[in-house]
Amino acid sequence: MGINRDYLGRTYPPTEPYEVSRVKIAEFATAIGDSNPLYRDRAAAQAAGHRDVPAPPTFPIVISMAGSAKALMDPGLGVNYAMVVHGEQRFEYSRPVYAGDVVTCRSTIADIRDAGRNVLLTTQTEISTVEGEHVCTAYSTVVERGGAGN
Amino acid sequence: MYAPRIPRSWSAAGPGTERGASEMTAQVKYDDVEAGTELEPRTYPVQRIDLVKYCGASGDFNVIHWNERIAKSVGLPDVIAHGMFTMAEAGRYVTDWIGDPGAVLDFGVRFSAPVVVPDDDIGATIEVGGKVEEKLDDNRVVLALTARSGDAKVLSRTRAVVKLA
Repeated sequence: MGINRDYLGRTYPPTEPYEVSRVKIAEFATAIGDSNPLYRDRAAAQAAGHRDVPAPPTFPIVISMAGSAKALMDPGLGVNYAMVVHGEQRFEYSRPVYAGDVVTCRSTIADIRDAGRNVLLTTQTEISTVEGEHVCTAYSTVVERGGAGN
Repeated sequence: MYAPRIPRSWSAAGPGTERGASEMTAQVKYDDVEAGTELEPRTYPVQRIDLVKYCGASGDFNVIHWNERIAKSVGLPDVIAHGMFTMAEAGRYVTDWIGDPGAVLDFGVRFSAPVVVPDDDIGATIEVGGKVEEKLDDNRVVLALTARSGDAKVLSRTRAVVKLA
């Protein structure tokens, strides 16, 4: 067993469309303790130059997890999920996620490398609207502890 | 030395107390910062209830974020915060500084240690700090951020590229 290096570069089919709601953005902002009215009040957001309520910078993880899970849960890839921890996370934004966006994710296995006894696996997830506008690219690196040398 | 304009809310007592954030759009001007400009550090408290809320909001219900028995059974000292919760606090630090969530162009972290959250009335704290590491073209700057909890450096290699006014 162990992670199958032949899966490097593999791209998974897009996820089902996800419709971003103002309620979900407000819930997320509350959960991270951020009381910024831009995350709750459409008029305040528009007064600040936004088309609608924007989401906080880490909100795309709520959407991208469905894409990266397609890769990480692929039985052929061979990730031992019980041994996995989140190692690194990065977002490149074309623009904020906005309430009203309907987006899909397309994930690619971007990197597989050894780090001591562990294996680092990076998925690259493109979040785009169903109209084809790029919103954000999320890079998630998970660490499979003790996964090297299998 | 340059003292960055700190939004009024930065002196607030803690989370949930900030007001006037909608007035903060494009508070920080590119011409007002230099490489090396320090940002005022901030402390964010974390209690178990915050992790429960984050489970629901994010959809990440991993038991190590709410069940002490299972967290300890897999070798953790106690329940730990989601790495993405910690990253969210660092993100909030950045958006509070610039005043505009739309001005964040790139944001990346490495999770270097867990934030351990005991089941008491105090919980844990995440202390975030930062400085302008580099000025780029087109009013963009690179922020280098730090995040600690107790003695542990919980985020490393944390960088945000933001566009200033």
